[in-house]
Amino acid sequence: MTVTGNEIIHQYLRHNKKFPHVLCAGCGHGIVLGTLIRSVHQLQIPKDDVVIVAGIGCSGRLAVYVDFNTVHTTHGRALTFATGIKMANPKLNVICIMGDGDALSIGGNHMIHAARRNIGVTALVLNNNIYGMTGGQSSPATPAGSVSMTAPFGQLEKSFDTVELAKGAGANFVARGTVFHVRKLEKLMVTAIERPGFNMLEIITPCHTQFGRKNKYKTPVDMYKWLKSNAMDIERYNEIEEGKRGDKFPIGTFIERDQPGLEERYYKLKADLRKARKEG
Amino acid sequence: MARPKKHKEIFAQGNEAVVEGALMAGCSFYGGYPITPSSEIMEIMANRLPLTKDGVFIQLEDEIASMGAVVGASLAGRKAMTATSGPGFSLKQENLGYACMAEAPLVLVNVMRGGPSTGLPTSPAQGDVQQARWGTHGDHPIIVLSASDVQECLEMTITAFNLAEKYRTPVILLLDEITAHTREKIKIPHPHEYEVVSRIVPTMPPEWYKPFEETVRGVAPMPPIGSGYRFHVTGLTHDVNGFPTSRPDEVVDHMERLHRKIDQFFYDIQIVEERQTEDAEVVVVAYGSVARSAEFAIQQAREAGVKAGLLKLKTLFPYPRRATEKILGQAKRLIVPEMNMGQMSREVKRVNCGRASVRTINRFDGQIITPSEILKVIMQG
Repeated sequence: MTVTGNEIIHQYLRHNKKFPHVLCAGCGHGIVLGTLIRSVHQLQIPKDDVVIVAGIGCSGRLAVYVDFNTVHTTHGRALTFATGIKMANPKLNVICIMGDGDALSIGGNHMIHAARRNIGVTALVLNNNIYGMTGGQSSPATPAGSVSMTAPFGQLEKSFDTVELAKGAGANFVARGTVFHVRKLEKLMVTAIERPGFNMLEIITPCHTQFGRKNKYKTPVDMYKWLKSNAMDIERYNEIEEGKRGDKFPIGTFIERDQPGLEERYYKLKADLRKARKEG
Repeated sequence: MARPKKHKEIFAQGNEAVVEGALMAGCSFYGGYPITPSSEIMEIMANRLPLTKDGVFIQLEDEIASMGAVVGASLAGRKAMTATSGPGFSLKQENLGYACMAEAPLVLVNVMRGGPSTGLPTSPAQGDVQQARWGTHGDHPIIVLSASDVQECLEMTITAFNLAEKYRTPVILLLDEITAHTREKIKIPHPHEYEVVSRIVPTMPPEWYKPFEETVRGVAPMPPIGSGYRFHVTGLTHDVNGFPTSRPDEVVDHMERLHRKIDQFFYDIQIVEERQTEDAEVVVVAYGSVARSAEFAIQQAREAGVKAGLLKLKTLFPYPRRATEKILGQAKRLIVPEMNMGQMSREVKRVNCGRASVRTINRFDGQIITPSEILKVIMQG
């Protein structure tokens, strides 16, 4: 008997939580959550070993709906809580859900240092290019030229490249996917959860309510079409000449390293020290 | 009959004593960011924790991160601690409020230095008393302790951990630079001489467990993350299951319980020490290193024939009202010396309601308050 997607999802949802959820119809965040559930299911990780640590905003609310250990933290600080949890109990599988504000703006410093120390946490950055829950203000990922509540005359600043940041800071695994390319996203997410060390997966997810509506993508369908036609595999993306890339952006795996996580190195140091002490 | 073992005695500064106390209380997680005059706590922890059975030490990128990590570790079942000083304390406030809301036990030591802002680094002050009470946003109860000598640093750190675990709340230990950096001989108590409290973990089946339910103790048992009790923790106002709510009845229940869990155990939390207050006509109310100056001053006053006494506050918040009330019935004069512009004297005056005269002695120039300064005011009559 084949198990359908719904049956998997229902195993992991909190039935005692007061649904419906807070997300707008057409939001990509639900797809991310579904993908997350399927990835955990595929890896056969027991629910008790999974900790979801979320930041603030629409993405932060995802933690409420799933039947794992869930911690909804303060704005931008999800990675700091996750670091404490992972160091305190390295057996746990810690997954951080952050928005673009969480990960790049208020929490930018934590992102750099989590990657640098290579703490064994999976960071999912749900990038919708806007502050959704607070009403559509510019985020560091808002593309230059687009309109937001705080950039009514067009965003002047360049948008942040999450992938380059994580790569530069020293993350073990850096990838990007979109909620349109679900199968591919699932593969990337499975890898991100499975691997040791700090793994960053950026997920491009549309916010038609706050971003699309002001920027020529009035319906969710418009935004998904945009994702479909602009996201492409890195290999294909690299073949295009630099000047002709336009709005296109690469998805896939950008870097794969196999360094042990900080918690692994710390506990090894502890064991070595204690052994040396016993032997005098 | 076995002779009682002699106490181990060490020559230590306040910051070292804090570490000793923390380890004796079972602290197994330290996350921090260095700042004088608290840095020694972190440095010693970095040396000690990796050698203990399950101790974890981590230096984070900033004060905010260290507070976040400590809350995370607490949720994962650790007795966790961090230490800081004034400016760092301000940065920790948001996540401190989170810990109050999520009822995560932890200990936060603040070795106060002169302020505001960068202020007077490594000069003694007591300027963060009201920040400790009201620094984070919203209405919430908090436990704030202080210590006036090195031995007390050790003891009050143990107390801080015990209260944190008992009441599922962050506890702040306020020290001043004099206490933190003074070196003196202290006794390390034997394990049977002090109590170590650990949080109660649930024994009921996971599906019965409600993480934020009222109990006779005021707080629900708290399992470490990953032990089979899956629940939601949030900084949002939540119901007994931990899920966000804005239903007025649930909000009221939640807020009232947060306050009640502390209120109903005032007798356990409000710790004071009295010296010669039985017949005192003038009482000095002091805390931290100032209490030591005050103690010397009242002795000198007694020698000069003045009936002087000392009320030493070891708990600053919730303010030990009962102990003050008792004194207000008999003493004609109260003197409140402190190294700030009058943060604790507010509390004394609030309780006083005009029953005695309240004089304050305030220094905020980074200098110690000497016994003679206090004596002068006692003798002024």
